[in-house]
Amino acid sequence: MTVAPTDLAAIAVPPKRRRGVRSYLRRHPTIVIGGVLLGLMALSAIFAPCLGTTDPQALSPVQRLQWPSAEHWFGTDMLGRDVYSRTIYGARVSLTVGLSVALLSTAFGLLIGLMTGFSRWVDAILMRVMDGLMSIPSVLIAIALMALTRASLENVIFAITVGEVPRVARLVRGVVLTLRDLPFVEAAVASGTSPPRILWRHIMPNTLPALLVQATYTAAAAMLVEAILSFLGAGTPPDIPSWGNIMAEGRSLFQIACYIVLFPGAFLSATVLAINLLGDGLRDALDPRLASRM
Amino acid sequence: MVVVALFVFCLLHLSPGDPAAIIAGDSASPADIARIHQALGLDQPLCIQFADWVWRLMHGDLGISIFTNLPVTTLIEQRVGPTVALALSTLIVSVVVAVPMGVIAAWKAGSWIDHAVMTFAVLGFSVPVFVIAYALTYLFAVRVDWLPVQGFVGLDQGLWPFLSHLVMPTLALAMIYAALIARMTRASMLDVLAQDYIRTAHVKGLAMHQVLIGHALKNAAVPIATIIGVGFASLIAGVVVTETVFAIPGLGRLTVNAILRRDYPVIQGVILMFSAVYVLINLLVDLSYTFLDPRIRY
Repeated sequence: MTVAPTDLAAIAVPPKRRRGVRSYLRRHPTIVIGGVLLGLMALSAIFAPCLGTTDPQALSPVQRLQWPSAEHWFGTDMLGRDVYSRTIYGARVSLTVGLSVALLSTAFGLLIGLMTGFSRWVDAILMRVMDGLMSIPSVLIAIALMALTRASLENVIFAITVGEVPRVARLVRGVVLTLRDLPFVEAAVASGTSPPRILWRHIMPNTLPALLVQATYTAAAAMLVEAILSFLGAGTPPDIPSWGNIMAEGRSLFQIACYIVLFPGAFLSATVLAINLLGDGLRDALDPRLASRM
Repeated sequence: MVVVALFVFCLLHLSPGDPAAIIAGDSASPADIARIHQALGLDQPLCIQFADWVWRLMHGDLGISIFTNLPVTTLIEQRVGPTVALALSTLIVSVVVAVPMGVIAAWKAGSWIDHAVMTFAVLGFSVPVFVIAYALTYLFAVRVDWLPVQGFVGLDQGLWPFLSHLVMPTLALAMIYAALIARMTRASMLDVLAQDYIRTAHVKGLAMHQVLIGHALKNAAVPIATIIGVGFASLIAGVVVTETVFAIPGLGRLTVNAILRRDYPVIQGVILMFSAVYVLINLLVDLSYTFLDPRIRY
């Protein structure tokens, strides 16, 4: 959540070329734009209590459905809660979901992807399961899982992760398959290195750039799915102010109080945009072959 | 499909949460719950339940809705019209808009047109569909009273009412889908435009549009077809959301209502059906490769 833009730039650039970081970033402005925007979101989420917010759950029936004003920057909802405070606190939920899903699906995907490199037998079974999972749109998997479990933040994260793991596993498997026949792996085999060690020490590091890029896209997708789930009433419990929940509450009041939907919507869009820009920039930086194409 | 069916079954039966307890309500006694268990066949071993379910599935029986007591297939039949109309119009609008956008962006790579298209593409899959939907509603239905706020009218009530209700949902959905297609078209076209035979075509003195459409687009078609198939997943997700925003009585509403009421057989049936459509569409896309590129044979 607290990924500062400079840290990412350091990952993107090999240490040797550190002197050229500035010119490098100039050539990839999307990393800077995305990083700064995401950094701002993360900071506002962390320091939410210091940003002039009130308790996001404080009810104030007298002041319900007020349009944006100096007192309530984003107005108030039907229970008189301050939409600005709720939106800022909502960043915590969305960013937590995005980061957790990205980390979990990367970890599980990496594990499964590497295991398929072990033997063709494991590969055949695991990949059929993954294909089956991939043939169900991930939002539907999440909806189905959420429909049957108790609404909680952990369950939302788990439900979204299930749908994202196959994508990561496929990606890792692709890298493993191309690397398996390369001379440096053959050399490792010839010198008697054990297969797990080859996978972990020689192949795994080569999957990291692709994994990093995929993780940013996963985080962006996870935040969208979380918002969709909450919006449909199958996501985070209503007492947590997530952006999807705020929008779901504003849904029926849209014609008289459209700001309840539009402010969290704008925040969500900006955050997802920032992550996507960062992902595009990282992909260009880490995979020069693709850089000219997309 | 077998894997999908198995998966959907496992998903719904192995996950925590007891449908019988949900049907019975909070004040039910254990005896009530046991009775419902028996009625639904939930007291049988899992493998028998599964065999039973697959057997009925083969006969086109998706079970009976817990809430409305109607067969799930009937419910799906009642709701399928608006959803198909929405999905088709979105598909047509996206392809008609996005492919030319991608082609022009690749042709004028680096120009302001290219940048505009790429900005649209990044925005398109960053902004969630319901935010676009609400922004459109605000502009066209609340600010100026051009289009109906929500609802759906069948084609049998006249062409204009049908279309006017479909415009905003289609635009909202198409934005995301078109962004995806435009991006892929551009990338694929850039690849092709760098090939030697394109230079040959230019040297031969062909007009620009002949080179772009006849030579380049034809060779760039396979990845575009692939993304249309893969993007169908986001279209399905979008349909569910868009129908909720615009109160369209389609399959998406059915899904959402089923979730809210924990109507277990309906959720199962709808997800299975959506997945089947998704798999089928991608199969069609795979088959279309042979037409798009005669070098590919199965």
